[in-house]
Amino acid sequence: MNMIPNRQVICETLLEQAQHDRSIMVLASDSRGSAAMGPFAKAFPEQFVEVGIAEQNIVGISAGLAHSGKKPFVTSPACFLSMRSIEQIKVDVAYSATNVKLVGISGGVSYGALGMSHHSVQDVAVMRAIPGIAVMMPADRHETKRMTEALVNHDGGVYVRIGRNAVEDVYESDNYEFIIGKAVRMREGSDVTIIAAGETVRVALDAHEALKEAGISCRVINMHTIKPLDEAAIIEAAQETGHLITVEEHSVHGGLGAAVSEVVVQNCPVPMRIIGIPDEPAIAGKTAEVFKHYGISSSNLKRVALDMLGRQE
Amino acid sequence: MEIRALQAKATQIRMDLLQMIAQAQTGHTGGSLSNTDILTALYYRIMNIDPARPKAADRDRFVLSKGHSVESLWSILADRGFFPKEELATFSRFGTKLIGHPNNKVPGIEMNTGALGHGLAVAVGMALAAKKDSAAYRTYCLMGDGEQAEGSVWEAAMAGAHYKLDNLIGIIDRNRLQISGTTEDVMGLDPLEDKWTAFGWHVVSIDGNDMQALVETFEAVPAHRGKPTLVMANTVKGKGVSFAENVPHWHHHVPNQAELEKALAELAAAFENYEQKGQVR
Repeated sequence: MNMIPNRQVICETLLEQAQHDRSIMVLASDSRGSAAMGPFAKAFPEQFVEVGIAEQNIVGISAGLAHSGKKPFVTSPACFLSMRSIEQIKVDVAYSATNVKLVGISGGVSYGALGMSHHSVQDVAVMRAIPGIAVMMPADRHETKRMTEALVNHDGGVYVRIGRNAVEDVYESDNYEFIIGKAVRMREGSDVTIIAAGETVRVALDAHEALKEAGISCRVINMHTIKPLDEAAIIEAAQETGHLITVEEHSVHGGLGAAVSEVVVQNCPVPMRIIGIPDEPAIAGKTAEVFKHYGISSSNLKRVALDMLGRQE
Repeated sequence: MEIRALQAKATQIRMDLLQMIAQAQTGHTGGSLSNTDILTALYYRIMNIDPARPKAADRDRFVLSKGHSVESLWSILADRGFFPKEELATFSRFGTKLIGHPNNKVPGIEMNTGALGHGLAVAVGMALAAKKDSAAYRTYCLMGDGEQAEGSVWEAAMAGAHYKLDNLIGIIDRNRLQISGTTEDVMGLDPLEDKWTAFGWHVVSIDGNDMQALVETFEAVPAHRGKPTLVMANTVKGKGVSFAENVPHWHHHVPNQAELEKALAELAAAFENYEQKGQVR
């Protein structure tokens, strides 16, 4: 079982990149510990900026730094970064076209028992609505590494959401091609497709196995980039498998499921189900407990798939 | 440019912006008139800028945090040659680049603003980058006084002092009026100088429509090593047009034909007065 959380991977990757790229800057809002950025702050104090507990400020300052040629990586809890500073993200990053990378840490329901103030399950919806902001969610440590490397070389505003704890690997290694905006087909399948992002990719892979035992061929797509969305992969899956299920650690309003359905209804209407957090303050508990409660589990995905296909369990 | 010429230039800019607003039938007239002297001092005397090289690495940076009073800035950028003066006629028209707030698709504009309370944080980032790179450029940020009610201003104020950004100059267009009335009635700001001092800034309070005072103040920066400078520019909203001065209604009042003619006549008389006594250009 992997013990390395994605936040640590981002720090390690930026430490590597900063060796030869002095324009990389990491900013924290009293969050260097929770972002696992302590080692970066220590190794590159001149490339680290602490702003205190001030999320509007961290984004505004980053926009000014980016305007002056720096590559700022803002590391701040997703719940605050995506809500408190949304206007700075809209105006200072997206509208002004500054090269700011927004890394929302402890995203989704990572803060489990801390309640709705600390959950960020609307972040994808708000970010996705802003022109000029790409939205990404890595599935494991390997993807986090490749994504971070890609972000260093990508010019433009990006929101990345990661969780707090280590997650099980979905890739065998980081030896695969990561392209911003290009979905990864994790498993082949012809009866149904599950489209997942971030930590739900693992759940989708488990569902693939469970469905295989039931004789169902389930495709699994890792939609690590929710914007710009890989529409071709969605249309292909709809046409070839005829049934789509999305699963996300996010509200069922405005997130991955909504993004996929916008493509589906306009291009290739097929039956579709959206699994995620319903329109309510999410229940308290550990991520696994919350996931199970809302059906973000392989057993529920199997049940939903069988139901769509008109099969009994 | 000498003081008298700067005064004449500011008067000409006021005429330009009034005509632009009247033509477009929209604009923030009062605030643009109050900050015209500040912008004239910066763009014709103080800042290191070159209209032929608007992205030059060593240029001074300017962020108009009170983005709604962009009319004076459009008039000045056109006059300085950042874009053709004829383009002013497109102000606020369908599809124009010259919208009602700064737009960085226009040469000479660094950042898009319009939402209040954003500019100073961005300016802190620019000044911090200059410190990191040991670059000599300075960053100027003009804020409104009504804008001081935005909490994000004070987040940025803290950061500017914390990082000892003596290459950063915040300016407040202290005209004491905002859209609903006086700043002190809407949300009291005084003692505003004391607040900025307490936040660790070197505060200089001047008559913000006095060209001599503006030039002397900006030329003395940094008056205090290791501290950002806050210029409290005490101005008159609607400055230069007698019947618009200190009238809240002129915040975004568009002059009618009679008002325009009267205003232009007043300004033309002032312009001639400056010209006769000194060289323009």
